[in-house]
Amino acid sequence: MGKDSRLILDPLTDNNPITIQVLGICSALAITAELEASIVMSISVLFVMGVGNVVISLMRNIIPSKIRIIAQLIVVATLVIIVDLVLKAFAYELSKTLSVFVGLIITNCIIMGRFEAFALGNGPWRSFLDGIGNALGYGIILVIVGFFRELLGSGTLLGIQVLGDPIEKTGLYSIGYENNGFMLLSPMALIVVGIIIWIQRTRNKDLIED
Amino acid sequence: MEHLELFFKSIFIDNMVFATFLGMCSYLAVSKKVSTAVGLGAAVIFVLAITVPLNWLLDQYILQPGALSWLGEEYASYDLSFLSFIMFIATIATMVQLVEIVVEKFSPSLYNSLGIFLPLIAVNCAILGGSLFMQSREIASLGLALNYGIGSGIGWFLAILAIAAIREKIRYSAVPPALRGLGITFIITGLMAIGFMSFGGMLTGGDDGAEKEDKAATIKVIKEDLKDDAKAKADLELADNTNK
Repeated sequence: MGKDSRLILDPLTDNNPITIQVLGICSALAITAELEASIVMSISVLFVMGVGNVVISLMRNIIPSKIRIIAQLIVVATLVIIVDLVLKAFAYELSKTLSVFVGLIITNCIIMGRFEAFALGNGPWRSFLDGIGNALGYGIILVIVGFFRELLGSGTLLGIQVLGDPIEKTGLYSIGYENNGFMLLSPMALIVVGIIIWIQRTRNKDLIED
Repeated sequence: MEHLELFFKSIFIDNMVFATFLGMCSYLAVSKKVSTAVGLGAAVIFVLAITVPLNWLLDQYILQPGALSWLGEEYASYDLSFLSFIMFIATIATMVQLVEIVVEKFSPSLYNSLGIFLPLIAVNCAILGGSLFMQSREIASLGLALNYGIGSGIGWFLAILAIAAIREKIRYSAVPPALRGLGITFIITGLMAIGFMSFGGMLTGGDDGAEKEDKAATIKVIKEDLKDDAKAKADLELADNTNK
């Protein structure tokens, strides 16, 4: 049991897919200007990884290794189509915000990376845990980045104004605070992730590259 | 002119790495040396130039709502656009394999420099992203699709070349230990992206035109809303005046 729980806990910290394994960066950066989009993206990836890892793990003995990449892509693409259609049906506005990045879950390196590295060599239950763990590790970074970008960039969280009203000058704005619109622009996502990596590696010296 | 505009737009303004973060994984993983970065960049240009026009044809004649009308009247109402992810990725994966086989057969020297990167490319978000953006931006013709593919490929090539050159030099600098490697690369890329944002002003002439069109459209909508309302006549004149 201890070994199984490590599968979920490791990717959250010391083996994080984004900051340590450097997988799945594209979508992590592009859609984090709002917290809500980050959360929905994390849930989508959680679904695709959990189910995809189990499916690949069940099929691992019947896929010829030469065509395994195409087989994996088809499995992911099918799952992503499901996610895309569900989003379009129940959260249309949000699916417009995420635009092509839902489709890009297919080529999200975390998914292919975990298929290759884990699901092809392990049973369904362990693969499921590994998928969930890595998707959570991915999600946690997305939520942190989304939280700071939305809070500092537009003074809101999940669309609710938490720092007061910038036009009426209430709350923090009454003492001269201004939103930093720069946080909403794409380059700041890179810098925020850079800072997260900095903090993480300062706390855990073993992770430092030479 | 349209071609030239799209070409520069896809290289600089909508640069794949700096504006939309496509292909970041291989961008970060393979940018330690300039020579390998050049190899991967060239392969990306090559594959984008093939897959974007191919997927454009697929989108235009099979996937779009009503695209099957060339088969006959009864097919005109079909909408297969929900299949686009799976079709695009299948096309990309097969094309990459095909290109690999062809290149290996006819040009072993090119295969030696490009070959090892080709399998990597099938799962590079830049390639699928190119096709998906081509679809969502509604590129109008096959020529423009080819243009867009090559342009965004060159943009990606420039980005990886620049970061690889910087990373080779930064080895001699005193970077804080915890930032070494990945961290500093992220921050440099962010700074480069800020630099690239200034290219956004390059085509502002076109953007202003688009904004005017938007305004005209909203005024039109307002007009239609108020058409039957007698009281609104004055407002209508006001709207006309602002339009002029």
